Amino acid sequence: MLRLENVEVYYGVIRALKGITLKVEKGEIVSLIGANGAGKTTTLRTISGLLTPKSGKIYYNDQDITYVPPYKRVGMGIAHSPEGREIFTTLTVYENLVLGSYLRNDREGIEKDINWIFSLFPRLKERLSKPAGTLSGGEQQMLAIGRALMAKPQLLMLDEPSLGLAPILVEELFEVIEDINKQGTTILLVEQNANMALSISQRAYVLETGSVKMEGDAKELQENEDVKKAYLGA
Amino acid sequence: MFSLPYVLQQFINAIILGSIYALVAIGLSMVYGILRLINFAHGDILMIGAYTGLFLLTLYKAPFAIVLIVPMLVGGLIGVIVERVAYRPLRKAPEVALLITSLAVSMFIENLAIMVLSPRPRRFRIPSFLSKSHFYGAINFRNIDILIVILTVVLVVVLTLFVKKTKIGIAMRATAESINTSYLMGINVNNIIMLTFAIGSLLAGVAGMMFASKYGRIEPFMGFLPGLKAFVASVIGGIGSLPGAVMGGYLLGFAEIFFVGFLPPQLSGYRDGFVFLLLIIVLLIRPSGIFGQAEKREV
Ligand SMILES: Nc1ncnc2c1ncn2[C@@H]1O[C@H](COP(=O)(O)OP(=O)(O)OP(=O)(O)O)[C@@H](O)[C@H]1O
Ligand SMILES: [Mg+2]
Repeated sequence: MLRLENVEVYYGVIRALKGITLKVEKGEIVSLIGANGAGKTTTLRTISGLLTPKSGKIYYNDQDITYVPPYKRVGMGIAHSPEGREIFTTLTVYENLVLGSYLRNDREGIEKDINWIFSLFPRLKERLSKPAGTLSGGEQQMLAIGRALMAKPQLLMLDEPSLGLAPILVEELFEVIEDINKQGTTILLVEQNANMALSISQRAYVLETGSVKMEGDAKELQENEDVKKAYLGA
Repeated sequence: MFSLPYVLQQFINAIILGSIYALVAIGLSMVYGILRLINFAHGDILMIGAYTGLFLLTLYKAPFAIVLIVPMLVGGLIGVIVERVAYRPLRKAPEVALLITSLAVSMFIENLAIMVLSPRPRRFRIPSFLSKSHFYGAINFRNIDILIVILTVVLVVVLTLFVKKTKIGIAMRATAESINTSYLMGINVNNIIMLTFAIGSLLAGVAGMMFASKYGRIEPFMGFLPGLKAFVASVIGGIGSLPGAVMGGYLLGFAEIFFVGFLPPQLSGYRDGFVFLLLIIVLLIRPSGIFGQAEKREV
């Protein structure tokens, strides 16, 4: 479904991605793990088109999208819930969700999906007409995910969705992510909480200073001694 | 000291002037909200609107409805062209580059106007039914004044509803908050910016018509001072905020008229200076303006 081939990305003169190759198959949950500054966020921003590679190619459903502008990628089915949530704080919760469905015109489908998101995150329903900036951190995270889901994506990218959430909420969140996946959405997940991420993923990539250091079956990586030492705090 | 009719008359004058400032301030404020650009060329759109109206009136003897609508459309079109040609190529440039470019665009438009239209001021005469005055004792106003105020209110209400209620309006507010996140929603940000320029310039175009109708005289530099004052108005109201721009416009209209109307006549010559004094005072008390939010966007 998604393929990156030798993707190199620069911030000015800083080479943040040094030739990343990875793929995500339809129906999978794939995790990107790695230390701070490894290039996980940069990878997601490149896939959604906010950053353009200096070299390398990105294919989505066998189509070269390397130079497709970001707003068109949303229309192709790629949604991105960015690091730090980035909800629109001056807009209401409802308006944030409406923007998630910006490119859709199926009124009934949108209505249905809003209700689906309320069933995933009942807290949002109570806050519908409040400015999103007044939500708690956890609620903002739910809104960010809900907003990305409103695009009805084929591929959902989540950048550190558990950041700043209470442990009990983290459990719930990962259940929701699995749920979303079971309902047919492919997921590319970036997490600090590598253990949790690996336990719901089929495959994973370990990034280190802009390169893929290891890749493979999530369960195997979870058992790998190097990975355990470096990322799982064992 | 001052008679009631005199006070009422000043009140009326302030509302008329404030309406024009409000319309010009909206465009400046909306553009600033998205691009962090103080668009110096905005006042020149006002001038273009006024000249368009003049030619429609004198050369084509067009009906006044046309004379109102066409300058709006021409203003909107020029605003879009300026954005496309001058500002869009600088999308990733530092904000100061954008600012300097807008100064250059302003000078370009003004000098072009001098060459093509001549620097000579021209009389701007509105149809007689619009210059007809109504007298109520010592109070008087003209039909054009009524038209200015009603048209402003209608435009502001329509625009507010558009920005509040429609999906594109929500996208405009989102883009003002974060361009990158707006992209992730599937919003074509360039189109939203273009629309913002179109709307703002459209209002500046019709404000130019109002300004010309009110003062009866137009010249190539006529946009400079109203542009500057509208900037002050939008800062006072909280730059980036639509209700702020409207409030700021009326507040400035009142401040200016009352300054001239109620203080000793010797001070009248300082009215433009007073406007900036007011700006400084407001910013000292409320640095982000009346409706403004503290700046939180990354640079
Ligand atoms: N806007 C930027 N300008 C310059 N360099 C940047 C920028 N954003 C990230 N970088 C650099 O690029 C590299 C990769 O950063 P990235 O944010 O992709 O890492 P990450 O894996 O997401 O880290 P974290 O776990 O902290 O979120 C880092 O060295 C970082 O310092
Ligand atoms: Mg990151």
